[in-house]
Amino acid sequence: MPIQLKRLLILGVVLVSIFLILKYLMTPESFGQYGHYRGKALDEVAAYPTKYVGSETCYDCHDSIVLAKSEGPHSGIGCESCHGPGFKHIEDPETEKLDKPNTRAFCAHCHAFNKARSEKAITQQNILEHNPEDNCTECHNPHQPQQ
Amino acid sequence: MNPQFEHLYQALTKVDGYIYPNEIELSWSILIVLYPFITGLVAGAFILASLERVFNVKSLKPTYVIALLTAFAFMLVATMPLIFHLGQPLRFWEIMITPHLTSAMAIFGFVYLWYLMVVLLLEIWFDYRADMVVWSKEATGLKKWLYKIFSLGISDVSPESRRWDDKLGYIVTVIGIPSAFLLHGYVGFIFGSIKANPWWSTVMMPVIFLFSAMVSGIALVMLVFMIVNYIRKQKIDMLCLDTIAKYLFYIIIIDFTLESLDQIHRFYEAEESFEIISLLMSGKLFVTLLIFQVLIGMIIPVISLGTMQFYKPKEKIRQGIYLVTGILVLVGIFFMRWNVVIGGQLFSKSFYGFTSFKLALIGPEGFLMASIWLIIPFLILAFLLWLFPPWKKTQEEHVSVE
Repeated sequence: MPIQLKRLLILGVVLVSIFLILKYLMTPESFGQYGHYRGKALDEVAAYPTKYVGSETCYDCHDSIVLAKSEGPHSGIGCESCHGPGFKHIEDPETEKLDKPNTRAFCAHCHAFNKARSEKAITQQNILEHNPEDNCTECHNPHQPQQ
Repeated sequence: MNPQFEHLYQALTKVDGYIYPNEIELSWSILIVLYPFITGLVAGAFILASLERVFNVKSLKPTYVIALLTAFAFMLVATMPLIFHLGQPLRFWEIMITPHLTSAMAIFGFVYLWYLMVVLLLEIWFDYRADMVVWSKEATGLKKWLYKIFSLGISDVSPESRRWDDKLGYIVTVIGIPSAFLLHGYVGFIFGSIKANPWWSTVMMPVIFLFSAMVSGIALVMLVFMIVNYIRKQKIDMLCLDTIAKYLFYIIIIDFTLESLDQIHRFYEAEESFEIISLLMSGKLFVTLLIFQVLIGMIIPVISLGTMQFYKPKEKIRQGIYLVTGILVLVGIFFMRWNVVIGGQLFSKSFYGFTSFKLALIGPEGFLMASIWLIIPFLILAFLLWLFPPWKKTQEEHVSVE
């Protein structure tokens, strides 16, 4: 075997070994436990504080608001869609308060004019022109926006 | 006002008709245009080098090493636009550590590594090994040490060892040709396999990408060959230049035929997506497709190179024509990639609307960033030509391998 082939083979073996060692060292421990991803990622996601409780739970205390909302165009939207996850609030209603978003930007998440959305499906406004000085909730009740 | 909504309203002004919300902004911008462009230059330059080595086209010999070094310089940056587009340049390699067989990009990583390490690097190494040994004895300072390290400590320059270099280099080149086809065919496959996009989804895509790669690579080597000779104030080997131009002419015709076949097929089939695609071609892509890609990148070069096949003006005029044609071809192929990548995202999957794209000057996906990744390979090439000057090689002829 010529010397250049010998040296290249040695170099090749060294490079492949480095790759395999790196692969061994760098692959997360729980990789492949359930599928082609890091198994521990599931536990990490589950440990996030964000936990939802569902609108039925809100009804236990806030029945009048839930009932009012159920008659309007926002009936299909869960309470926590706007107010955020309610788990901590259920645990400690006095100190853990939920968000009451009332900014123009928040409503505009859904109601900003967008040509790609059907006007029939969702009410849309050009929020740069529609009463730009006021907050939406000054005129519209978010739980009964039809009023 | 929340800047997010100002941005939304600004974005909506560039929308025509009905499009889905996630189609307003293009996800793939100029860096993804560069990726197939640069990879194509690599594959094309390498294929030109193999013409000399494997198919024994003697007149191309002066370009052999230049073509290899050009391919290598561009290969080193081929993945950089992708990595910078992803925005996580410090963890891109994770795709290689835990590769998935169904991930087109992970497999591309291995195809790329195979081509870089096993094909290009080895072929250049076998070609330069004996020279590096000689140069390591003559050079001083950093160069001396670089030659010593790169020659892997081998000092044998006997005729027998050179014959082995040639024999092994030849084998690598033979393996390299299908590898070059695989590399760029694969880039075409990444687009061609996206069945949701009628502008991309065609089985012709890998073949078209391959031939356009050859066109751009050959044009680039032709330009580099001329520029290197201008800088070194050497007389250009016109037989060599004419031969490159001849091959460029042949490959452009094949490429033009394939692309036309693809379009004719699309026109005749006139599937449900045809209406939006014809609007796209005659509207948003009119300038980049019909003017830059077809007229400037194909028709003018075919006419100028075709004329040169039977009418040969003076050398200086021919050189000028080849120089301009080479640049036009590169511009044309760049816009071919542009039309594929950008064009494929301009129309809605609903087939009822368009968005538009305006290239930013600065920023991570801007013109300047793209320019950097186009200039760097030339700097690498200049360094390689300084370190491994083909004109100082002692080895004149490849030993023919039967």
